[in-house]
Amino acid sequence: MTLMGEKLATIGPEMVLSVGALLCLFLGLARSARVRHATPLIAGVSLVLCIVGPMAWSAARPAAPGEIALVLGLAATPMAAFLKITIASIGLLLLLVSYRTPDQLPQNIEIERSGAAFDPGQTTRGEFFAFFLMSLAGAMLCAGADGLVWLFLALELTSLPTYIMLVTTRQSTLAREATVKYFFLGALAVAMFLYGFTLIYGATGVTQLYTTPVTEGLATVQSVVAEWRQEGQPLPLMLLVGMGLAILGISFKIAAVPMHLYTADVYQGATTPMTAFLAFVPKTAGFASLVLLLGTLGWPLPEPIAAMLWIMAVLTMTVGNVLGLMQTSVKRALAYSSIAHSGYMLVGLLAGSAAMEAGQPVVASGIAGILFYLVAYGVANLASFGVLGCLKRQGEEAETYQDISGLHHRHPWLAAIMLISLLSLIGLPPLVGFLGKIYLFAPAFFTGEPAMIWLVVIALINSAISAVYYLRIAAAIYFGQPSEEVERDEQTARMTGSGIAATAAVVLGLGAGALGLTDMLAKAADQPGKVLIQPADTDGDEAASEDRSNIPSATAGRN
Amino acid sequence: MNAPTLMALLIILPALSAVLIWTCAHRSGLAWAWSMISTTLIFALSLVLFVWSWRTGADGERLINSAGDFFHTQGVAWVDNLGLRFSMGMDSITMWLVMLTTFLMPLVVLGSRSAVESRHREFFGWLMLLQAAMIGTFIARDLIFFYVCFEFTLIPLFFLIGVFGSTDRLKAARVFFLYTFTGSMLTFAGLLYVAWYSAGITGSWTFDIATLTESAQTMSTSQQGMVLLALLAGFAVKVPLFPVHTWLPLAHTEAPTAGSVILAGVLLKLGTYGLIRFALPMVPEAAVDFAPYIGVFAVIGILYTALICWVQKDIKKLIAYSSVSHLGFCVLGIFAIAGNQHLGQSGAVLYMVNHGLATGALFLCVGMIYERFHTREMRQYGGIAAVMPVWSFFFVFFCLASVGLPGLNGFVGEFLTTMGTFLSRETLGIGYAVAAAFGMILGAIYILYMVGKIIFGPLKLPESNGHGPDDQHGHHAKPRDLNSREITTLVPLAAACLFLGLYPTPMLRSLDRSVEQLVEPARQVLVERSRNDEHADTALVQIDARKLEEGTDR
Repeated sequence: MTLMGEKLATIGPEMVLSVGALLCLFLGLARSARVRHATPLIAGVSLVLCIVGPMAWSAARPAAPGEIALVLGLAATPMAAFLKITIASIGLLLLLVSYRTPDQLPQNIEIERSGAAFDPGQTTRGEFFAFFLMSLAGAMLCAGADGLVWLFLALELTSLPTYIMLVTTRQSTLAREATVKYFFLGALAVAMFLYGFTLIYGATGVTQLYTTPVTEGLATVQSVVAEWRQEGQPLPLMLLVGMGLAILGISFKIAAVPMHLYTADVYQGATTPMTAFLAFVPKTAGFASLVLLLGTLGWPLPEPIAAMLWIMAVLTMTVGNVLGLMQTSVKRALAYSSIAHSGYMLVGLLAGSAAMEAGQPVVASGIAGILFYLVAYGVANLASFGVLGCLKRQGEEAETYQDISGLHHRHPWLAAIMLISLLSLIGLPPLVGFLGKIYLFAPAFFTGEPAMIWLVVIALINSAISAVYYLRIAAAIYFGQPSEEVERDEQTARMTGSGIAATAAVVLGLGAGALGLTDMLAKAADQPGKVLIQPADTDGDEAASEDRSNIPSATAGRN
Repeated sequence: MNAPTLMALLIILPALSAVLIWTCAHRSGLAWAWSMISTTLIFALSLVLFVWSWRTGADGERLINSAGDFFHTQGVAWVDNLGLRFSMGMDSITMWLVMLTTFLMPLVVLGSRSAVESRHREFFGWLMLLQAAMIGTFIARDLIFFYVCFEFTLIPLFFLIGVFGSTDRLKAARVFFLYTFTGSMLTFAGLLYVAWYSAGITGSWTFDIATLTESAQTMSTSQQGMVLLALLAGFAVKVPLFPVHTWLPLAHTEAPTAGSVILAGVLLKLGTYGLIRFALPMVPEAAVDFAPYIGVFAVIGILYTALICWVQKDIKKLIAYSSVSHLGFCVLGIFAIAGNQHLGQSGAVLYMVNHGLATGALFLCVGMIYERFHTREMRQYGGIAAVMPVWSFFFVFFCLASVGLPGLNGFVGEFLTTMGTFLSRETLGIGYAVAAAFGMILGAIYILYMVGKIIFGPLKLPESNGHGPDDQHGHHAKPRDLNSREITTLVPLAAACLFLGLYPTPMLRSLDRSVEQLVEPARQVLVERSRNDEHADTALVQIDARKLEEGTDR
């Protein structure tokens, strides 16, 4: 198989999503309303294909027991495979939650209502689902990135569609303001990490991050750094500055301090299902990128980078939670909680996978922590925003504490879903958020550094602070008096989506082990970027495993 | 069916009934009836388990003479690569506390028949879930399983207080939750630390309590100190130990009767149970070192809250503060570590059960008059004995049980913990015992003071009687005394108080070995130290050198 072919084959799900996106784009302009209405279905089918395809494939290969899902039969990093399935699954729930979003826009309602001639310039339904799929494809590409250029393009593919989705899904000045903020700050962040990437390239002379079967024998950032470390050379300042800038830029995607400033405004301005999307997809892409980037340096991280991340982690969780306390809008409070959760995940990033490589159990790997926490946070976040999206006050979106007050009396199921998601976000056992905390914080102990142990203590105190505003939401729902003006939007799909997410928070909390999720995690967390699974043909298998033992030297030339 | 399955049912059944109540019991009486059936069934099951263990115990031994190991052990994997298992087992301490829980629950449900006006399903559903969590906490043998149940108790009680409490319930619910949650977060950090340390020693990541206990003992003194502080952060708040007791009066006063009974009866014991199960055996050196300081806090708590009780105007608050005072004895007993006996610890376990019975009953009594008069203010009552003799009888009875009248159950625990304190000259000693004994006197004073005001003297009833309109001359209609349901609620409690007061020997003997095992590591520390001291007498210089060495080793 050609190099190009092999590379393409690793991105099977992304290609499926892209095809789906293009179909949505074209069919969204169809003259027949029925065809236009089929676009969410197409999006759903392509997401299901992304989940079922790889699983069916790996099930059909009993020869390799315990192997996690492969992507259309060709090599991909286990971490990428794990993340792709996660993104596709949660993407499916997000699709349920935002299924009716385009229908509620005035211009789309107008088109459906008037029997007059159809004006393709007015409809946005197809576009919405197309961009939805593209953004997910971008996040998946981030997870599988093996080079700086690829990583950059993937990050952009994740973000650019969200700008458009943000502004087209809500007819309000708030949304426009949010989009402008998001776009310009996003552009600033892009400039930062792009500059960081160029410095990394300048320092190492390569753009390839990891060795894959395709680039066997060539130098990579990882191999160059490994060589420097082996020789005991200090890492060049240019590399560290580059990494620092890249981390700062990407911290925009994960909404970490100091690039968190847009978060509350943008999350508030976006229509609620869109907020759920923004709080999960770019964050996943960002963390995948950070893991891949820092993975080239290897854990324990170089002192300056570790110090920077430590400070960022403390600030992110503290700022998120303390500002979350002060909000009067539930949506903003949840936005700040999203910042805080990024702070917790930075703990896992700092701990990294050094201990695991030294033969310690999976629980020693911060990467496993991040991957698991992304799932845990993903479902709880989706459920909470989903419930919020089901409520309307006089046609406007519900967002204040008064709006959700006494929800229990009127809609007990919505209240229960919200409660479960809040408790999971607090990290109360036996919900999935609690397991996430063990996965995320236990690795910090394995570093054996007092600073890391203190970081865990700070994080746990922070989760106690966060309990204050989560409980305020729960108290409003269960103890407050219902408000007559607030109504439930008839959104069966949205409620189903949040319901499934809340159920997942319970089921995964109790049965993560039984469902095999944690075993997948164990594989996925092994050394980011490392290719565990080789192409299907056996000759290639042997050849590759031989090659893998020889670390390609830095002098082998540029990529 | 075998004993382990029976034990697992003790958790599964209440959880299932909670789900059933939430989904099916739409008629108001049904929720109550179902929880009545379920709690009674669970009590019956635990009784079977108890008799079974008492007669046969582990490998043919009788529980009463058992070696103190866990029995009925079993487990199911939860998350393998995280080392989590739903593993459970019992020793005699656990057995008694589980019995206390299952015994109290049907009575609580019975007593709450008329306590809630609306949202029955929620009320009884949360009660059932709370029961599952409490039993789970006691029988867990996996640290995280323990922690899961320990933490989970917060949620039902948060709702019980927040939805069904009195005027200031919102604040009470939140203060209760946040206070205890913050403490237990620090405990969580400590537990993770122990697990990590143990993984370094044994090479495998596990949360098995026995393994962790064993490996944690090898930690250095400073590490042990940190872990003990972390454990105290969670458990001392739960107990509650002075000065972190401030959440309790608020929570107790605002909670509905059922909530107060369970809070005082069982939930506070989760804290002392944690201390005796984890703090003592895991970090024995630190426990010995810290014992005098913890003892000081316990004694301050005993005296200070007793004085607060004296000036209380609110009956429920008084009993709540008296809980803090009584639990002070418990903590004192736990940390009365001595080289030659463990009276204090045995007494503490006894005290946990006895306090649960007596104070739980007192809260039930207060709930009963609150339902009639809708006030808890002491000055509004007087001479109730004249109109409600049956209620007065029970109230006085439980008050006496609570202050420790010899012959009733409170006495045994109080006596043993004080005795243990008195005899443990290595850690606490006579000064603590004298101060604690003074607390007993204060306890008698404030309780009798309250009894005198409410029960005896000229008749005085609150304005809002709630039973028939007042007549034109301003006289109150005579309030009705306890009905048969309420008497049925109180009689078993009174019987238990009397029995455990008159004949505590079997219970003490069954506890003996289990408690001894938990105290053993701390006792070893003492023995080692006294040996070192003897050396010191003969060769003062040598010991200095060795201590220096030890210091550098650590």
